[in-house]
Amino acid sequence: MTNDRIEKRIELNAPVSRVWRALTDYREFGEWFRVKLDGPFVPGEVSRGHITYPGYEHLKWEAVVLKMEPERLFSFTWHPYAIDPNKDYSNETPTLVEFRLEKTATGTLLLLTESGFDKIPSDRRLEAFRMNDGGWTEQMKNIENHVAQKTSSQGV
Amino acid sequence: MSPRKRHRRASRRQANAPVFAALGDPTRLALVAKLSRGRPYSISQLTEGSRLTRQAITKHLRVLEGVGIVHSVRAGRESMYKFDPQPIEELKQYLDLVSKQWDDALNRLKAFVES
Repeated sequence: MTNDRIEKRIELNAPVSRVWRALTDYREFGEWFRVKLDGPFVPGEVSRGHITYPGYEHLKWEAVVLKMEPERLFSFTWHPYAIDPNKDYSNETPTLVEFRLEKTATGTLLLLTESGFDKIPSDRRLEAFRMNDGGWTEQMKNIENHVAQKTSSQGV
Repeated sequence: MSPRKRHRRASRRQANAPVFAALGDPTRLALVAKLSRGRPYSISQLTEGSRLTRQAITKHLRVLEGVGIVHSVRAGRESMYKFDPQPIEELKQYLDLVSKQWDDALNRLKAFVES
């Protein structure tokens, strides 16, 4: 993995047109993302609503829609884990979320990237970390391998 | 939150904020890889076998020190540099958490479009 982005790919057994609708129709997006949005996504405009995920209903959803290239690319910026309702996150640099769609023999390949984590203040990262009470004990067993993999070609 | 805790968090934020940025440089990543072997290194030891000058290595160490990934301890006339995994662990845990949320969301999307 790289340090400042998350990348996912998932095969969906549904036509690109179906996936596109699920991503960009604000009601359908809300169904699976668990957010109730006030209105449709419009490029260049702020999308508002609130989270419907159990236990987090008090949280607002806010994103700025960037691109909607039909059946190819849907992107927005947002503040991941803006979990303190009393705090103003708007002066922080948001991360960029991009959904890319590709037609396959069996349906659709969805590529998701979220990038720009290098701009998020670390105390926010800690908050988000603590919010997950499942416990992240000792997940990181071997920092050495982790960093060594990425640097084996560097000559220090 | 107690004043003491708040103070600790404030200083922590200052110390940790640009961990990602500090690791974004290949030379610093390589230094971290070397230091993460566990034992402390002097600047001479870190410069040995490197293409970089002592001054350049020192500069990069300062950056790593600034974000808490590296600590220096005085040993006689020399400073020894030691790796502290905590800021990187926190960073990775954060990305793991966001990553898992996406896995869950994308699985819900899959169920949604395939039903």
